[in-house]
Amino acid sequence: MTDTAWIDAALTSARPQAVGALLRYFRNLDTAEEAFQNACLRALKSWPQNGPPRDPAAWLIMVGRNVAIDDLRRSKKQEALPEDEAISDLDDAEEQLAERLDGSHYRDDILRLLFICCHPDLPATQQIALALRIVSGLTVKQIARAFLVSEAAMEQRITRAKARVADADVPFETPGAVERSERLTSVAAMIYLIFNEGYSASGDTAEIRSPLCEEAIRLARLLLRLFQSEPEIMGLTALLLLQHARAAARFDADGAVILLDDQDRSRWNKSLIAEGLALIDKAMRHRRSGPYQVQAAIAALHARAEKPEDTDWTQIDLLYGALEIMQPSPVVTLNRAVAVSKVKGPEAALDMIEPLAQRLSNYFHYFGVRGAFLMQLGRNDEARTAFDRAIALANTSAEAAHIRMHLDRLQRDSQPRGKKAGK
Amino acid sequence: MLYAILCYHDEDHVGSWTKEQDAAVMTKLTVVQEKLAKQGRLGPVARLLPTTAATTLRKDDPPLVLDGPYAETKEQLLGFYVVDCKNLDEALEVARDLGAANPGGAYEIRPVGVFRPGDVQP
Repeated sequence: MTDTAWIDAALTSARPQAVGALLRYFRNLDTAEEAFQNACLRALKSWPQNGPPRDPAAWLIMVGRNVAIDDLRRSKKQEALPEDEAISDLDDAEEQLAERLDGSHYRDDILRLLFICCHPDLPATQQIALALRIVSGLTVKQIARAFLVSEAAMEQRITRAKARVADADVPFETPGAVERSERLTSVAAMIYLIFNEGYSASGDTAEIRSPLCEEAIRLARLLLRLFQSEPEIMGLTALLLLQHARAAARFDADGAVILLDDQDRSRWNKSLIAEGLALIDKAMRHRRSGPYQVQAAIAALHARAEKPEDTDWTQIDLLYGALEIMQPSPVVTLNRAVAVSKVKGPEAALDMIEPLAQRLSNYFHYFGVRGAFLMQLGRNDEARTAFDRAIALANTSAEAAHIRMHLDRLQRDSQPRGKKAGK
Repeated sequence: MLYAILCYHDEDHVGSWTKEQDAAVMTKLTVVQEKLAKQGRLGPVARLLPTTAATTLRKDDPPLVLDGPYAETKEQLLGFYVVDCKNLDEALEVARDLGAANPGGAYEIRPVGVFRPGDVQP
């Protein structure tokens, strides 16, 4: 790896801790970010010559803080400027600071930094953009690309979000246990949003958007390292890993969706699956279930099945049942119905989704799933109606193309009717 | 004599590598490993999953199960090699070669006392 690549990785990995500590110190996001930027510039100059510091984050915090304090003084013209060398000579200072950077501060600093991005007044897309900019340190250009918007539009979105956050009261005191756990819940939800922003991409944009999934995984692992014994954070991390493990198998060469049953399972990422399964195993030991763990357990059952027919649908049905109780939502019931169709047949599944018709009347997947059940029951005319509605509601061309495939099959099957009577 | 070469590095840092950077490091390491394998000196090699996947069993009475790695350190045990070397100098040479392919962090070189290669296949 080249020097610059090494330094880039070091700066990226030190960023959440360094910006978090600088934010605690200056209590102002812009000052903290600027201080970190300045420290990075100095690192680029100093590290190739003097070698990397033992603790890059401590180095960056120290230098960033000193530079920012100097800038503040300079702007106030209260004192003469210190010599540049005086700031760069950090050997002893680094050691002292490293001592003071004890675990508890470090943990709350990073959590606070993530938490301010979850401000309830910010719409989800702004929360995500802000976190990617401030915590992950992606450039506006990178974020704009992942969101498929112009750089100018993204710049504006982030500036607006920052202004909103700056006006808000950022809680700087060390949080109590309840407060900490509430922050953790908000932050976990935000990381999940980042992941979904990448995961819900269609085939033609999946490649461009997959950095969002990778970044979400990096943040989830970071959060888990800070809160090693939180089963829901294990569940969240496992869920993201297990979903992302299938990335290479989810779309065909034309960008069309490949459903789980039809995916080439040899293309699933085994290392990510192993990590995800290890985490869900660990989480289950705590016997404190939660929505992320249940969803991860469902993903784990898919990941464990070497062939689609090995899938333990009975267990998946039970898990969705548990999820329905924790997080009642028609979409969860719709997902459960798919498991029910495998265990008890399409008739039972259809009965299950019938009551959802009104609430999901504009939901693409509802009509896709309904059409599939009807098709299995041989009620082809009704299936066609459902599929037509699904196409009208499709969010992406890939979704529409997928439904059209079903319609084509219905068309084919209806031709030689009579020959294929019975099951 | 067999030596274990234990790899320590900041896993946040390693986790910040892009896929391309990670792959490039792995390719370079493979070159070093193949050289050793050709000489019949390479034993088991393992890259460990992140410490977040780790669980620790403290052998108290009764044993206590804890989430996370055994020790909270700035650099974590991320993998290991077992290599056959005549002496420490040779083992250090191997570690230097590996280090040139994968800079950053540290290798702990530990002579192996008992070694059973086992027969599990990945």
